[in-house]
Amino acid sequence: MKVLMKGNEALAEAAIRAGCKHFFGYPITPQTELAAYMSKRMPKIGGTYLQAESEIAAVNMVLGAAAAGVRAMTSSSSPGISLKSEGISYMAGSDLPALIINVQRGGPGLGGIQPSQSDYWQATKATGHGDFQILVFAPSTVQEMVDLVSTAFDAADRWRMPAMILADGMLGQMMEPVALPDENEKTLPEKDWAANGHQGRREHHVINSLYLTPDKLEDLVVERYQRYRQVKAQEQRAEAYLCDDADIIVTAYGASSRVARTAVNQARERGIKAGLLRPVTLWPFPVDAIRKAAGHAKAFLTVEMSMGQMVDDVRLAIDCQVPVHFFGRTGGIIPTPAEVLGEIEKLA
Amino acid sequence: MPHSITILCGHYGCGKTNLALNLALQAAGDGSPVTLADLDVVNPYFRSCDYRPLLEARGVRLIAPVFAGTTLDTPTLPPELASIFAPQSGRVFVDAGGDDAGVTALGGMSARLKEAGYEMLYVINGYRALSQSPGEAAALLKEIEGASRLKATGIVNNSHLGKETALDDLGAGEAFAQETARLTGLPLLYSTVTDFTLQGQPPPKGFRVIRRLVTFPWE
Repeated sequence: MKVLMKGNEALAEAAIRAGCKHFFGYPITPQTELAAYMSKRMPKIGGTYLQAESEIAAVNMVLGAAAAGVRAMTSSSSPGISLKSEGISYMAGSDLPALIINVQRGGPGLGGIQPSQSDYWQATKATGHGDFQILVFAPSTVQEMVDLVSTAFDAADRWRMPAMILADGMLGQMMEPVALPDENEKTLPEKDWAANGHQGRREHHVINSLYLTPDKLEDLVVERYQRYRQVKAQEQRAEAYLCDDADIIVTAYGASSRVARTAVNQARERGIKAGLLRPVTLWPFPVDAIRKAAGHAKAFLTVEMSMGQMVDDVRLAIDCQVPVHFFGRTGGIIPTPAEVLGEIEKLA
Repeated sequence: MPHSITILCGHYGCGKTNLALNLALQAAGDGSPVTLADLDVVNPYFRSCDYRPLLEARGVRLIAPVFAGTTLDTPTLPPELASIFAPQSGRVFVDAGGDDAGVTALGGMSARLKEAGYEMLYVINGYRALSQSPGEAAALLKEIEGASRLKATGIVNNSHLGKETALDDLGAGEAFAQETARLTGLPLLYSTVTDFTLQGQPPPKGFRVIRRLVTFPWE
């Protein structure tokens, strides 16, 4: 049976059903319902809910829990994610799987509390210092938020790297009906590397990101990048909607892809062959799907709730074979279907 | 000039704002004065005050938190709120915030509300996570009544699944509402059904037709 849930609540419940029993958070609009939901649910399932003294404390608690081998998560919104970036880098440097949720709001600085997608660069290129990547998933419906939480936890465990759900305030606050997976049906993978007590029966497991010998550090980073090559080959996800015969391909993710889909439908009604290519993974970026679409498209239009961030990756993916245009609103403004349709019509 | 005060309370996300907009617009249909007070000082999105142009075009006076939508992100009640007790405000609908936190502001006005007389609708939705069982709905009502220092006077069954609500979903919602009414001892005043759900059919007995006014930006 379906239930009506806010995106933030759905992320929380989905995490619990994906086997996460350890949540460490700190309130910030527009993600606070996620932490509030966890505070009600975790005690009922024998899990841990802890409101830390800061975002930095929360992410380091996640690091500790992940090092012990359990599924752990934290959530925040844009300014809070900046504070968590040190911990995310430490987790990447320690090869630890964990889930971080970013329900984006307008920035920079304290910015605003309305929805935004201006943390794309941060999520995909610079979630912290050092040579590393994290997995980044971008849901566009509340149901997809549920589905991708489980996917993200699994992928994080598979590749031993942090994963992020990059949502936005609109997705976090809106309500849609969702079907949830059954409780307790998830079988979690063994973690034979976890620092969970050797009980005198094995060697110590050391979880660490400090390597003062350059040769050793280089080896570790290079090994990690070999893993990233496999991730890029195996984890790309995208949805192609009406792309097969499209002259104009709109690329958009998250809430702006909902606007873009409406605009594409309206363009089709006017006889314009438009399609939507929606990245579901932002890292790895779905270059294969975009290159395929570029084979026949005359132009791309990237729509974002930012001044233009993902558009760079679209251009790189298709190696500038066809023109890539951009339309965005920022500061907490969601583009309207009419605005996007107007941009499509200019290219038709 | 008829003067009355109707408060809508309930779990956040049960559809209070959509119902409040419908009630205010329906009441304003005959030209009599109607006031809608958005008392939600908790929720930053999908609020009554987002619909100011629609309300004002239809003659509904809106009272909204002074700083809502401004840089000053503070839960401040509007001084204009005192005017809900004035007869010229006509039929007054108060869209309270969700849960006990959302009605706390009402607690400070409870003495005046009791003196003036009020109706408090407990809005419930059997498809809403965390208030899906009659037991959960009854427990939440106690929290709301405690925080608001007011007593609900009746239940409105607003069970729905958003855009996906189908005729087949109404029965389970109504059964949930009847059991919640039994547990709380409150009368089930009526149930709601959205116009698109009916697909041209007349509403079942005990149901009132409402429109889905709170929508997404891409619709």
